[in-house]
Amino acid sequence: MGFKRSPQTFSAKVNAVTIGTGEKAVTIGGENVFPLYSFDAPIENKPKIGVQISDRGYNNAVAGIAEYYKGAENFVDMAKKAALMPGADFLVLSFESANPDAENTSVEECAALAKEIAEAVDMPIVVEGCKNKEKDAKLFDKIAAALEGKNSLFLSAQEENYKEIAASAGLAYKHKVGAESAVDINLAKQLNVLINQMGVAGENIVMNLGSAAAGYGFEYVASTMDRVRSAALSQNDTMLQMPVITPVSDEAWSVKESIVSQEEFPQWGSMEQRGVSMEISTAAACLAAGSNAVILRHPESIATISKLISAMCDKEGN
Amino acid sequence: MALKGLDIFKLTPKTNCKECGNPTCMAFAMKAAQGSVPIEKCPYLSDDAKAKLSEATAPPMKSLKIGVNETEHTIGGETVLFRHDKTFVSKNLYAVNVCASCVDEKLKEIENVDYERIGERMYVELINLVYEGDKDAYVELVNKTLNKGRVLILDCECVDAARAALDVCADAKPILNGANEENYEQMNALAVEKKVVLGVRAKDIDALYDTVAKIEALGNKELVLDVTGSSIKEAFANAVQVRRAAIKDKDRTFGYPSIINAAALAKDDINMQTALASVFTLKYGSIIIMQSMSYAQALPLYGLRQNIYTDPQKPMKVEPGIYPINGADENSVCCTTVDFALTYFLVSGELERSGVPVNLLISDSGGYSVLTAWAAGKLSASSIAKFIKEFDVENKIKNRVLILPGKVAVLKGEVEEKLPDWKIIIAPNEAVSIVKYFKELEV
Repeated sequence: MGFKRSPQTFSAKVNAVTIGTGEKAVTIGGENVFPLYSFDAPIENKPKIGVQISDRGYNNAVAGIAEYYKGAENFVDMAKKAALMPGADFLVLSFESANPDAENTSVEECAALAKEIAEAVDMPIVVEGCKNKEKDAKLFDKIAAALEGKNSLFLSAQEENYKEIAASAGLAYKHKVGAESAVDINLAKQLNVLINQMGVAGENIVMNLGSAAAGYGFEYVASTMDRVRSAALSQNDTMLQMPVITPVSDEAWSVKESIVSQEEFPQWGSMEQRGVSMEISTAAACLAAGSNAVILRHPESIATISKLISAMCDKEGN
Repeated sequence: MALKGLDIFKLTPKTNCKECGNPTCMAFAMKAAQGSVPIEKCPYLSDDAKAKLSEATAPPMKSLKIGVNETEHTIGGETVLFRHDKTFVSKNLYAVNVCASCVDEKLKEIENVDYERIGERMYVELINLVYEGDKDAYVELVNKTLNKGRVLILDCECVDAARAALDVCADAKPILNGANEENYEQMNALAVEKKVVLGVRAKDIDALYDTVAKIEALGNKELVLDVTGSSIKEAFANAVQVRRAAIKDKDRTFGYPSIINAAALAKDDINMQTALASVFTLKYGSIIIMQSMSYAQALPLYGLRQNIYTDPQKPMKVEPGIYPINGADENSVCCTTVDFALTYFLVSGELERSGVPVNLLISDSGGYSVLTAWAAGKLSASSIAKFIKEFDVENKIKNRVLILPGKVAVLKGEVEEKLPDWKIIIAPNEAVSIVKYFKELEV
């Protein structure tokens, strides 16, 4: 009698990738089990949380975010505060203002800011572009040079601009390259292969498999992650063994549920609480599906997800 | 042991009588081996063969019905661990905790969240009645919550109180969640007598296994397993291991739906309960008990559930129709796209962000994305013209500007021909450009 356990451990592993340098450096990946299955084998490196700030500030920020960054006069000030966010493991700098449709900030200006921030904080840095593929290629080149030696991660290289980003951030300045594909296992693998063929080792690539807020096509995110993880572990597919980072906040804070005011939908209650809840739900679902790192914005979400990760991965009694 | 189709075929009469609804005995055998038709469908199998086969071909996880009439729900019956292997079948259900002292306030809160999302009613399907040691108060609690359109869970390990509660509500087919290592014999007898599903819990996963085995030996297979345990880590380990044992290792002792009490795992931490509910929606909660269900919680959680329980072979569709956005009226412009839910949400979300009043026309395009629908002939100049006519758009809307998705710009000429009164313009290719496009739109 008794329950016969049959742990699913694999001889293959997810690559362990380190971002940043020194004491605060973080390592993601390294596990040989399905996501959070610590009952099958210990999780080598528990999932990590990035705190995202934008160079456009959060002018329309909800109270909890505005309050946290109160007194910060510029992007560098915000970064210093973000670096102290309880529960956060790395800093995510989003250079949205560089988008030609926004302020079209010059790449030199962005690079100077990135350098100033890197000197002011000791947290590992993840750099996000402006969602314009052409501009991102130029932007990442300059920022990669400015952050040389910081072992940062650049999000993201896509099908259209991976060559420039792999050559510059990946090879010339030895940073980690984020490979972004749109919720499809084949596209993900193809991009990893292409970046790898440029000379960037698989161990220096982190995947962004695409993201969606809860309720907005999340089944594609979940199933893509399920399939990628399964191929990495059970078929030892080395071109899918990169750890996964998922930007949650951009999606979570732009869906209707998070932006419609309470005046407009009184029944729905506080807009801020809806946004926090959307960010938490999406992040928790991403972690259950296989994200090794999630990018979040609100202090309350970061605190909750950090607590969830500890509860799932730490040894009992810790 | 799972039987192969050929093993089953050998036991059939091989007469191809079609009485089972299948064209040949071989077809029946293959389906039975997969568990997609019950073995009893063949009237000519010997009792001996039936007994042998029904054991071997029973689905790996029991499917149960709870509630009655309009409150009836099915839980369990899953056949895969990952939705991409086939599909998940029975969506997880939500329960909210109610106790004697908070019942009135909680009922109001539960009834407040009730809305529709892509053709599905979103509401709290179950009420979890927490027994606090006073039998009379418990019966009163049952009386107050019965007939509120929700299935009751009797969260009660006291046999005496459970019997008193069931005397009142057994006909409504609640779940009696109260059997444990000590009381399982009496609880089981009660559940069998009252014909209700029995919830089983134990101090750890081994004790749970043994207790379920003992209850099964008493002949009851109408069970759900409360796998909550004492910590978040344990709950997740239990939920995954129970489901994996059933589906992957074909261990029928764990082939039952599960209950996760998120309210107990993260008492008073509502954000953590939202996080847990999300995790257990993916991996593998059948019923998730919450301390509360506000709109802030419901909107992401029910949306997530709807996503995860979508059959990967069938795309999610929205109803065709005219969707006024940002207070659009008869003088606002029209734009059109397909009924694929993902497209609809992306486009309508971006349109809302633009702040520009627009009538979004959704036509029936088979649930495909824009390019796929176009390639399949489901989105064409004719389909758009047909929609305009069928939905009486020309009488309902005075504005004569129609905006087409950028990806089907090729349709412009043809649409102009079919709708000569309309000015046809082309939107950008990607939804991300919509806000800018509409803000700058001059018509």
